Amino acid sequence: MSVASLTPDPGSRDPGGYSFWGGFRHAARAYPTLLRVGLSEVVAYRAEFIVWILTTNMPFVMLAIWHAVAAEGTVGRFGRADFVAYYLGGWAIRLVTSTWLVWELSMEIRGGTLSTRLLRPLHPLFTLAAQHMAALPMRALVVTPVVAAMFVLAGDKLAVRDPRILAVFLLSLVGAWFLIFFTMVFLGSMAFFVESAIGIFELWLGLHAILSGYLVPLELLPRWVARIARLSPFDSMLAFPLETLTGKRDLGAALASLGVQWLYVAVMAVAGLTVWRRGVRRYVAFGG
Amino acid sequence: MSYPSDVVEVSELCKTYRVHRRPPGVWAALRSVMVRKTEAVQAVAGLSFHIAAGERVGFLGPNGAGKTTTLKVLSGLLHPTSGRVSVGGFVPFQRAPGFLKQITLVMGQKQQLLWDLPPAETYAMNRAIYEVPRAQADETIRELTALLDVGDLIQKPTRQLSLGERMKCELIAALLHRPRVLFLDEPTIGLDVSMQAKMREFIRAYNERYGAAVILTSHYMDDVTALCPRVIVIDHGKLIYDGDLKALVRRVRPDKRLTLRLSAPVERAVLEKLGTVVTHDQGHTVLSVAPALLNATVQGALSTLPVADLSVEDPPLEEVMRELFQGSAVGAANTAGRPAAGDAA
Repeated sequence: MSVASLTPDPGSRDPGGYSFWGGFRHAARAYPTLLRVGLSEVVAYRAEFIVWILTTNMPFVMLAIWHAVAAEGTVGRFGRADFVAYYLGGWAIRLVTSTWLVWELSMEIRGGTLSTRLLRPLHPLFTLAAQHMAALPMRALVVTPVVAAMFVLAGDKLAVRDPRILAVFLLSLVGAWFLIFFTMVFLGSMAFFVESAIGIFELWLGLHAILSGYLVPLELLPRWVARIARLSPFDSMLAFPLETLTGKRDLGAALASLGVQWLYVAVMAVAGLTVWRRGVRRYVAFGG
Repeated sequence: MSYPSDVVEVSELCKTYRVHRRPPGVWAALRSVMVRKTEAVQAVAGLSFHIAAGERVGFLGPNGAGKTTTLKVLSGLLHPTSGRVSVGGFVPFQRAPGFLKQITLVMGQKQQLLWDLPPAETYAMNRAIYEVPRAQADETIRELTALLDVGDLIQKPTRQLSLGERMKCELIAALLHRPRVLFLDEPTIGLDVSMQAKMREFIRAYNERYGAAVILTSHYMDDVTALCPRVIVIDHGKLIYDGDLKALVRRVRPDKRLTLRLSAPVERAVLEKLGTVVTHDQGHTVLSVAPALLNATVQGALSTLPVADLSVEDPPLEEVMRELFQGSAVGAANTAGRPAAGDAA
């Protein structure tokens, strides 16, 4: 008998299953509790959390370098205050939009602990998303003093006093979070197929550092590299929100980038879910 | 053949894994980058059985027999290679929420409790995920904590609990949604004897209270003897017995165990006249006796020996299993308690 014959009779087909929106409604009902429990977990892991934040220090190193360089005069459109706004803003955006789901997924798939999530009647990606969203209040708390410093030191370089730019900026943060989340789902789900999903992630991390503007503002990169970066999804992950915040993209350009960003969110959601779905079929639930 | 009361139906189930093989060494590692050799390993090979609502079934077999793989297929974690599987009317691998709300899989070595938070937080999370009404969840937690004698432990961080305490709290998390089908894979592993007994009592009480089907694998035969009137035995992924546990014991090891406590020393040669001496130590003697000779042997022992106490039992299940898996009794035991299982055997 083939696998195809495992499909139930039409009369009994998936009587306890959810429609696409049914799954979202279920998640919406569960989310208040999931977020509350998730926040409790973050608080319990606060020491680990602080250590992780301290390791995200590259923007401060880059700020020190560029600040010194800019003492001689502006670099392109960047003066010293521009660099302050750029790197402090970049650090804050990175902190609130990044998720390191790939580590978790890779470990759970290889170790077999993903089984616990798969056995629960809510899609594992909903519970994983809730877990990471729950960390946002704590991250916001850590980011607040740096954001305050940014306003004090380089407030005049920030474009978000315009409510329209502010609205686009806030939407771009949401878009960046989802884009990074689905990218992590995509990369993490590679662990269903290859043993070195983390290796692929590290390759991605290197590209991200350059092409997202994390290390160097895109407009200071060689023109051809900057062109590739602006076409890539990496731009939507950091450079777009950051340049919108610091006034380097005007409203028209920011709106166009917002459209591109959400297109990338949709593409990565489809890609991530496709790899996930195919991967789950191959899952061997080792370790039990 | 299936029955209306069946909650688990398995027909001709096969599961094959593709396993990467390479010899040790740097050269082999480099070669495996270019040429990756895999081979198919058949974990389950044409297994068929049915389990009715409320039944408690022991799922037995040596290591690597395919027990855990079968449980993972039944709980929807693994996609079968071929065959037909239905649990509570659902196809498990589709993992419909309605299906997942009816089952639970407890693996002794795995845990779902959040490590740094009290178990109560995991229960709150499960209540939300399984959409259990708050009043029902509270009542279930009250009931299960009382049955397991857990008390305030559910308010202590999981990492501060002992293994036994954690296992009890795990069980509550696994049963909070009142599943109709329990897949228990080594649920008492690593627990001390009294804790094992407590767990067994609890599983039986849950089964009786909610009429849930229980499918249990365990290397502790006491678990199986105490809980499961029916056993399914598999080896190399194939069914070799499905039926009454006592009948299996009778078929594989028909002899009885006559245990004697003697008030004075007796020569071994004297005891050997009554039956095969299994153990003889400090006034405690166990004899193996053919069923037909049991009455005469008991009478003989009582009339000729200084017997302080006497009991008659079946041979321990461990011995039965050992003999069964050695193959000597497979032919004799190759019979089924139910027709569908017999077909597969």
